[in-house]
Amino acid sequence: MAQTQPKPAEPGWFTRIAHPGMFMGWTRHIVWPLATITAIAFVIGLYFSFFASPADYQMGDTVRMMYVHVPTAWLSQFCYAVMFCSAIGTLVWRHPMADVSQKAAAPLGAAFTALALFTGSMWGRPTWGTFWEWDGRMTSTLVLLFIYLGLIALWRAFDDQLKAARIVAVLTLVGAINIPIIKFSVDWWQTLHQPASVFRADGPTMDGSMLAPLLIMTVAFSLLFLTLHLVRMRTEVTKRRIRSLELAQARAAGGAA
Amino acid sequence: MKAFLAIVSRDLRLALRQGGDILTLVLFFVIVGVLMPFAVGPDRPLLAQLAPAIIWVAALLAQLLSNDRLFRTDFEDGSLAVFRHAALPLEAVVAAKLVAHWLLTGLPLIVAMPILALMLGLDAERFWLAAASLGLGTPALAAFGAIGAAVTVGLKRGGLVAPVLVLPLSLPVLIFGAGAFDVARLGGSSQALLLLAALSLLSIALAPFAAALALRISGE
Repeated sequence: MAQTQPKPAEPGWFTRIAHPGMFMGWTRHIVWPLATITAIAFVIGLYFSFFASPADYQMGDTVRMMYVHVPTAWLSQFCYAVMFCSAIGTLVWRHPMADVSQKAAAPLGAAFTALALFTGSMWGRPTWGTFWEWDGRMTSTLVLLFIYLGLIALWRAFDDQLKAARIVAVLTLVGAINIPIIKFSVDWWQTLHQPASVFRADGPTMDGSMLAPLLIMTVAFSLLFLTLHLVRMRTEVTKRRIRSLELAQARAAGGAA
Repeated sequence: MKAFLAIVSRDLRLALRQGGDILTLVLFFVIVGVLMPFAVGPDRPLLAQLAPAIIWVAALLAQLLSNDRLFRTDFEDGSLAVFRHAALPLEAVVAAKLVAHWLLTGLPLIVAMPILALMLGLDAERFWLAAASLGLGTPALAAFGAIGAAVTVGLKRGGLVAPVLVLPLSLPVLIFGAGAFDVARLGGSSQALLLLAALSLLSIALAPFAAALALRISGE
């Protein structure tokens, strides 16, 4: 690493990517292409999920809810994983971009979790006959939503964002125990929600005609998350710059008076 | 170990000589429990059935209310800054404060529980179950509360944020604590009690580290 060498070495690729100034530089050029790819992926995915896939022999057309529900549910957990990694980055390396990434991911995670719960209950009504059931996976996903909202509330309660990042990081690591509970809830408590049918040791138990739109939609939603996350990170960096400029200006005005 | 016990006895003495805190806690616990019959109606069989849930919710709320003072007074009068430079690591200090905190907020609830059990018509067999599940579960509640208190100690308006953060984390305690009575669902109350004990042991072992980390950051 750079600290152990006598003279400052050439910065590594990670330093170059993650330095706030450089980050703003290289992301400026990829936000629009990424947004375009996301839109294309959504067009293809929606076409497949509405027109080019069969209706389920039991559930009929309601099965198409899956193409929204499963990707948002997957992202609700993936988003926490992003926050978890960023939290480690904050606590171990005190990297400013890890703080920014953590802060940017929390509202996205809350939104995707809320969407997953909403689409789930919309899907549950025609197939299970109920909007809500207190089974393991739904309850643990609801807890995940509460954890996201609690973390956002904690972010907003602090004035000092540098301190807030590290405090929130501690709580993010503690809250991570919920993620394996969600993942394995369908295996531990055999209740209403169906067990895993895509990521299994013996391969997916779903027909290819339904698996294809599901995977395309998952990719599309993941790209959407990536785009929004980048945009939010850029906004946050800009906001912090504006704030420090304003502080400097106020200090200069105070010094002149 | 001597320093550990010194901190425990310091916290106990501070709380007991100030007086009133334990009484308020017990009063709150009983009042929340008594609130339910007013809300549900004086239906004795129904209340007896709901009694474990009522006792657990009352205990959860009572402990939640008392968590804030776990670190706040020490943070404000500067004792925490002294603890950080003590020979004893901050994790051990937090563990000592956690022990004292449980003796001051967990134990009185278990002692006061018979009042609620009597009023709600809990039978003898489930009474002992309630005592066991509270005894095994309240340490975990105190541990999660310590994390919440440590995270919000630097906030002037942390009083409202801490419960929002702690409640989702302490849901498993409530599930297994009240689940100990539900023999049909979890297949035997001993299993729920074992899970509760595991949860308590794990959270007590890990909470001091998380709380100490948060306290270090808050103190900077």
